[in-house]
Amino acid sequence: MNEAELIDKQGCPKAVELSESVHWIGALDPNLRTFDIILKTANGTTYNAYAIRGSEGVAVVDTVKEGFADDFFARLESVADYDEIKVIVLNHLEPDHTGALPELMRRAPGARLFISQKAQAMLKALLKQDQMSYTPVLTGDRVSLGDRTLEFLHTPYLHWPDTQCTYLSEERMLFSGDVFGCHFCDNRLFNDRAGDFRFSFEYYYAHIMRPFKDYVVRALDLIEPLPISVIAPTHGPILRDRPERYIRRYRQLSGPSLESEISPEQKTLLIFYISSYGNTQRMAEAVYSGAMQVQDVRVSLYDLEGGEIEPFVDLIEEADGLVFGTPTINGDAVKPVWDLLSSLTVINIKTKLGGVFGSYGWTGEGVPLVEDRLRGLKMRVPIPGLRVKLIPTDEELEACREFGLQLAQELMGLRARKVIDMADLV
Amino acid sequence: MAKSTITFEDINVTVTVPAGTRIIEVSEKVGSGITYGCREGDCGTCIMKVTNGWNHLTEPSVLEDKVLRENMAGKHNRLACQAQALGGEISVKPV
Repeated sequence: MNEAELIDKQGCPKAVELSESVHWIGALDPNLRTFDIILKTANGTTYNAYAIRGSEGVAVVDTVKEGFADDFFARLESVADYDEIKVIVLNHLEPDHTGALPELMRRAPGARLFISQKAQAMLKALLKQDQMSYTPVLTGDRVSLGDRTLEFLHTPYLHWPDTQCTYLSEERMLFSGDVFGCHFCDNRLFNDRAGDFRFSFEYYYAHIMRPFKDYVVRALDLIEPLPISVIAPTHGPILRDRPERYIRRYRQLSGPSLESEISPEQKTLLIFYISSYGNTQRMAEAVYSGAMQVQDVRVSLYDLEGGEIEPFVDLIEEADGLVFGTPTINGDAVKPVWDLLSSLTVINIKTKLGGVFGSYGWTGEGVPLVEDRLRGLKMRVPIPGLRVKLIPTDEELEACREFGLQLAQELMGLRARKVIDMADLV
Repeated sequence: MAKSTITFEDINVTVTVPAGTRIIEVSEKVGSGITYGCREGDCGTCIMKVTNGWNHLTEPSVLEDKVLRENMAGKHNRLACQAQALGGEISVKPV
């Protein structure tokens, strides 16, 4: 296939056939270089939407970004009349898939909108329309087009709360939303014809799906039993050549990034520090030594000055507890600590144990600021942070050892619950 | 005065409080990970999970219910800035 097949002889965009009853009616955006702020793309993206024809009507699955609506409507009109459209499915409400929805609903007033249960709260906020009627669906719900039936799979948090997949059993096609997608624009459209998009596929997973691995696994549990001949995602190539490879790859990527080096009864505690005059380093070594006293805690000590962020992120994803040592400079924690802490949105660190310590010269704001950041990341911070003014004394180093010991005991569930009266709280 | 205990599961701390105390009045002082935004029941930042003693908290107001719904809060979730202890044993944790 070449670009000419995406337009007709008059130069109008036309639909591309996936099967006799299913057509791609999306749009190409080859000039996009940054997506959602967090993603780069070297050759743009596609906004994939699909039209499915049954004996009793047509369904449209997803739309496109608003600025590409003209291409979408032209392609839709090349395979269906608006009064034939009975069903509109939104697998994901992000604006790059709902940009043409209001106009589509205006042009096809006989269509019923189907969205996931979790999409309901977002629909109004996104489209700013009060009177929009729709049918919320869950796994197992179906809508018939006569000789074609759409079946919904509830696959939330891939990568928004609202996401779902839609399965066309008669064609063994999975309309997967952003799952199995990537930002890769190729007018040959299909994975057996497009250029090499492996990097884009992996990169997309790493930035979009990785924070939601648990939800990816739950979605795969629903998807894997289905016979699938085509995966039709909302971005990037349509996966019709051996689609099971991509499902298998998602299963691999959703496992641990690193082979586990520890036994099931052990827990891991990572201590990251950075130090200008060696004071925070001495504290770190004492925290490390204290934590080492607790059996079955595997403690590791890392100087942030000697490492790159990306491998640290891989380590953190698998760790049970994280401790950060930071000096305070000009009233703040130092940049390498913030750089690491601002790189953790690609993984899930909720409920991991956290702790903070550091040396300071005047007021020591760095430690409480990092503690607040850990709480903001939904980590547990049960032991108050430890601050030492300038050079730690022997007593202060002993307090660091005790701090490490308490963190390790907390990790293993060995600390007794603290009971206090509100009147004693400062 | 009637007393209540509030256990913050994320930090393993139990606080004895007088009835009528809001969770917000103690959670930050003890270092729990429940985080706050507007502190007046509007933003939903402080949604917490009540793991025990749901019935020992004041009923959510219509406004709190609305904020919980808009934030897709799960079962037994409350706003820590609004929920008040009435007595008995209560356990909470950040969501």
